[in-house]
Amino acid sequence: MVFNLETMLVVAGSALFGLFVGAVPGLTATMATALLVPVTFFMPPIPAIAAIVTATAMAIFSGDIPGALLRMPGTPASAAYTDEAYAMTRKGMAETALGAGLVFSAIGGLFGTLVLIVSAPALAEFALRFSSFEYFWLVLLGLTCAIVITAERPLKGFVSLLIGLFVASVGLGNPAGFPRFTFGNTELMGGIGLIPMMIGMFAISEVIRYAVDTTTAAKVFDQPIHNVFRGMWALMVRYWRQLLRGSVLGTLVGALPGAGADIAAWMAYAISKKNSREPEKFGTGHVEGIIESGAANNSAIAGAWIPALVFGIPGDSITAIVIGVLYMKNMNPGPTLFTQNPQNIYAVYVLFILANLIMIPFGWWCIKASKQILRVPRNVLMPIILLFCIVGAFAINNTVFDIAAMLVAGVVAYVLEENGYPVAPAILGVVLGTMLEENFVTSMIKAEGNLLGFFDRPVAATLGVLTLGAWFLPPLIRRMRRVALGS
Amino acid sequence: MKINDAIIGAVLALLGAVVLFHVQSFPTIPGQQYGPGLFPGTIALGFLVCGVLLVVSGVRSRAGQPWVAGEAWIRSVPHVRAFLAIVAGLAAYIVLADVVGFLIIAPILLVLWFVALGVRLKTALIASIITTLVIWFAFYRLLRVPLPWGVLTKFAF
Repeated sequence: MVFNLETMLVVAGSALFGLFVGAVPGLTATMATALLVPVTFFMPPIPAIAAIVTATAMAIFSGDIPGALLRMPGTPASAAYTDEAYAMTRKGMAETALGAGLVFSAIGGLFGTLVLIVSAPALAEFALRFSSFEYFWLVLLGLTCAIVITAERPLKGFVSLLIGLFVASVGLGNPAGFPRFTFGNTELMGGIGLIPMMIGMFAISEVIRYAVDTTTAAKVFDQPIHNVFRGMWALMVRYWRQLLRGSVLGTLVGALPGAGADIAAWMAYAISKKNSREPEKFGTGHVEGIIESGAANNSAIAGAWIPALVFGIPGDSITAIVIGVLYMKNMNPGPTLFTQNPQNIYAVYVLFILANLIMIPFGWWCIKASKQILRVPRNVLMPIILLFCIVGAFAINNTVFDIAAMLVAGVVAYVLEENGYPVAPAILGVVLGTMLEENFVTSMIKAEGNLLGFFDRPVAATLGVLTLGAWFLPPLIRRMRRVALGS
Repeated sequence: MKINDAIIGAVLALLGAVVLFHVQSFPTIPGQQYGPGLFPGTIALGFLVCGVLLVVSGVRSRAGQPWVAGEAWIRSVPHVRAFLAIVAGLAAYIVLADVVGFLIIAPILLVLWFVALGVRLKTALIASIITTLVIWFAFYRLLRVPLPWGVLTKFAF
C-alpha cells in the first residue's frame, strides 16, 4: 500500500519540500503542511498522508540548520537550542551540532512512532466504549489543556479559544441545523472553511511577519562540514539517558492537545539543563541539550498523531490540519478508524518509520546543500508563497470567498500573536467546536436535561473531575499559597 | 502593532453583547433548553466577561503607555509599504480576479509584491511571469482547478 511508485515519489518530493521549508527561517513546519494541503486534496488518502508525515518530520529537523549556521531558528521547534547550536558553530563544532540534530531527531521520531504504534490501538479499543458524555469531557479537557500549556496568561489563551469556538459556530453545522451568523450569505451556510483559515493563520501571517521584520539578515557562518556522523555513536553511548528522556517527554507533550514540537523542545532543554551533571556548560556550545530537545521535538510530531487518530483531537497545530485532511479523505478520525480501516492506520505507521529513516540520507544531503539553501533570497520566495496561498485556498471549494477567509484569518492571527494571544487554542476551538456542541446536546438529551448525567458513567466522571480540576485547582493553589505566605 | 488589552477587551465585550442580543432571535425547541442559541450564547457571555477583565487589566497596567504602540516597522516607510502591498494585493485579487482573470492579475500582483519587498525590477518581472505560468500550469492544467479567465475568457483553452 505504501511501497508503490506514486507514494514513493510523493514521499521523496515532500521530503525535499519539507527540508527546504524547514531550513528557510520564517517558513515553519505548520506552514509546510498548510501549503501541502491544497495539493494533497487531489491525491488518494495514503499519498496525501505520506506527504504531510514526511514533510513535517523533515522540516522539524532541518529547522536546526539555520539555527546552527545563522543563529536563526528555521522553525519555532528549533528555537529552544538555537543559541546553543550557534555557540557550537563558533567553537568550530558545526559538524557535531548538525550531526546531533540529524541523528537524534531521527531517533526521537522513531521513538515517538513506536509509542504511536503501541498506544493508539489500545486507546482506540478503550475509546470504542465511549459515549457522548466521555467525548464531551475529553474535548473539554483537550481545550483546557491547550490553554494551560500554551498561554502565559490563561485569560488570553481563553479568549483565543473563544474566538475559535465562535468561528466554529458559524453556519448550518449544528445539532438543530439552524443557519447561525450567516446573514443570508450562502457561502457562510457551510461554515468557514478550515483549510483556507489554516493557510491564512500559518502562511499569510508568517509572510506578513517577514514583511514587517526590521532585523537585518545575518551572515551564514562559513565552516567546512565533512562528516556529520563522526562521533555520533560516542554521543549516543554517553547521553542515552538524555536521548530517552527527551523522546519520552516529547511524545507526551506532543500528545497533549495544543502543545507541539516547539513547547516540547523548550521543556526538554530546560529539563536537560536542570538534570545535567555539567549545567554550567549549557549555553556555551554544549551538545547535551541539543540531543535531548532535538529528540523531543521530533518525537512530539509523532506523539501529536495519537489523540488525533484515536479521538479526533489534534495534539498540535499540524495535526489540526491533518484532521481536516482526514475528513476530506473520508478517513474520519476516531476509534472506528482502527476497526474498519486498519490497513490505513498501518500505512500511517509505515510512513512514519519510513520518513524518519530516510531523514538520515536526505538530511545529510540537506546539510551539505545548506549554504545554497540559505542563500535563496526570501524576498523572492514570499510573493511566490502568497500566490500559492491564493490558489491553494481557492482550490478546495473553487470560491473567492475562501481567499477572503484566508486573508482575514491571516491578519487576525498576526495581530493576536503580536499581542501575546497564542493561536493554538483558537485552532483547537475551530476544529473541536462542532464536536463539543454535538456531544453536549446529545448528552443533555440522553440525560433528559440533568447535568449530573455527565458524571453517571465512571470514565466520564473521571474525565469530568480532571477537567474541572484543571480549571479550578491552579487558581486555588495560587490563592492558598498567597494566604499561606501571609501577604 | 501592540494594542493595549483594554482596546481588544472593549472590542470583545462589544462583540459579545451584539452576539448575545442576536442569539435571542434564534428559534428555541419546545420543551428543550438547548437550542441553537445556547452554544454561541455561552461563547458570547465568555467574550463579555473576558472583555471586561481585559479592559480592567489593560487600564491598570497602562502606566502612561500609548493605547496603540507600533514597533520599529511602523516608522519605516519600506516596511509599511510592504505590509500594505500584501494586504491590499490580496484584497485586490479577491475583488478583481473573476473580472480580470488569473493570468493578468497574478503577474501584476507578483511584481507589486516583489518590488515592495526590495527585489530588483528586472528580476521581479522575470520571476513573476515564470511563477504565474508554473502555478497556472500546475493548478489549472494538472489539478484542474478552474482559475478564472476573466477578460481572456474568449481565448480560454
